[in-house]
Amino acid sequence: MIILSTPLKQEDILKLNAGDNVLLNGTIFTARDKAHLFLLEEDFPAVKNGIIYHAGPIIKNREVISAGPTTSARLNPYTPKLIEKYGIKAIIGKGGMNQSVVEALRGKAVYFSAIGGAGVLYAEAMKLKNVYKEEFGMPEAIWEFEVKDFPVIVAIDSKGRSLYNETLRKSGEAYSKLV
Amino acid sequence: MNLKEKIIELIRKTADELPADVIAAMKKAEKEEDNFVAREILHKLLLNVNEARGEKKPMCQDTGTPFFYVKYPREYTQKQLAGIIKEATDEATLAVPLRPNAVDCLSGKNIGNKAVIHFEENDDPKGKLEIDLLLKGGGSENVSIIYSLPNIELKADRTLEGVRKCILDSVFKAQGKACPPYIIGVALGGNYEGVAGESKKQLLRKLDDQNSVPELAALEKKALKEINTLGIGPMGLGGKTTALGVKITAGTRHPASFFVGISISCWGLRRQKL
Repeated sequence: MIILSTPLKQEDILKLNAGDNVLLNGTIFTARDKAHLFLLEEDFPAVKNGIIYHAGPIIKNREVISAGPTTSARLNPYTPKLIEKYGIKAIIGKGGMNQSVVEALRGKAVYFSAIGGAGVLYAEAMKLKNVYKEEFGMPEAIWEFEVKDFPVIVAIDSKGRSLYNETLRKSGEAYSKLV
Repeated sequence: MNLKEKIIELIRKTADELPADVIAAMKKAEKEEDNFVAREILHKLLLNVNEARGEKKPMCQDTGTPFFYVKYPREYTQKQLAGIIKEATDEATLAVPLRPNAVDCLSGKNIGNKAVIHFEENDDPKGKLEIDLLLKGGGSENVSIIYSLPNIELKADRTLEGVRKCILDSVFKAQGKACPPYIIGVALGGNYEGVAGESKKQLLRKLDDQNSVPELAALEKKALKEINTLGIGPMGLGGKTTALGVKITAGTRHPASFFVGISISCWGLRRQKL
């Protein structure tokens, strides 16, 4: 098990390999569809060199109730620009991202898979620090969390290896035998 | 408890507790899975199920769109029930809590939660009020799909063999995006919105039930077995657990049309009955 803390060091990120289990500590920011457009249009220095979590949590009276990942693929079109603009070091999400993101991560950053539907387990590893753009609504706001031993798997590393591409290839072979 | 309070409890239970048949299928999958990462993921998902039930918290932050299927006896009216369900949904949003998931398409404003209600009259004079609730997340809704047969790209004709190809294609296209292992509802028919609705309704069936139509029962079994050779696995990270169930229904169609509606659910199939 690899333990990493924010601010993430470039050399630590580059050392990670697809398949590694990692525990994250420190600060993460949620961003979904609306937040990505906002981050690209305006300046939001707080996320610089940081970790973006694709998630729309349930928060009640500042308590984190349930906070697993959302589908990352929706954010494919915006992610290369986001990595470039803010020097994002890591993205946490579920379901994987496309080849343009794999290329954008190369030599710079990684994509971590969290487990979709494990909302309560993740909430227990998170503390709310701040919220920005709350007017976007609860799922779409930018929530800043302090996380402790937040478990993730490296699913796309900085060397171009994507576990999703491997699944796609293998499932494609199996699929073509069935139809 | 009055009806509104009962519905709030129904919503809470649906958000917090995975149905027993789905838990059993997940446990069986965990036992039989030989991919290490896949087994770990299934194990953690089951831990989360326990934690959510114990702590009375929604197991997934996406508490979805509430789909109510209401069978009502004569003493009720649709208007009256719709009002009670709306009030219960609003109160449950704060009390459970649910994530506010209704966004106005034009203004982009999040307005809370909006229940979708399907009504059916219960003709039986001794019939009681029956309510099924499905909380379905957005990620799995996004990979649901309607095919029109024949489909040249899939070489799918208007046969059950063509339907089988559609089912496999839908799962192959979804990959790990919508939180596999999936439960797949399928409806064959001749009107567009009908197959979407009926395929979703198939998700209300218990995973271990038996389809009364032999050829559909056989296709359910075959499709499930084949999907689980794709190797997509839990969360799309590989493994033989890609689906937990396939449920199919068939209706009538216009001679010109043959639609296959496919509603995909994430592993967290949240449905309960009042």
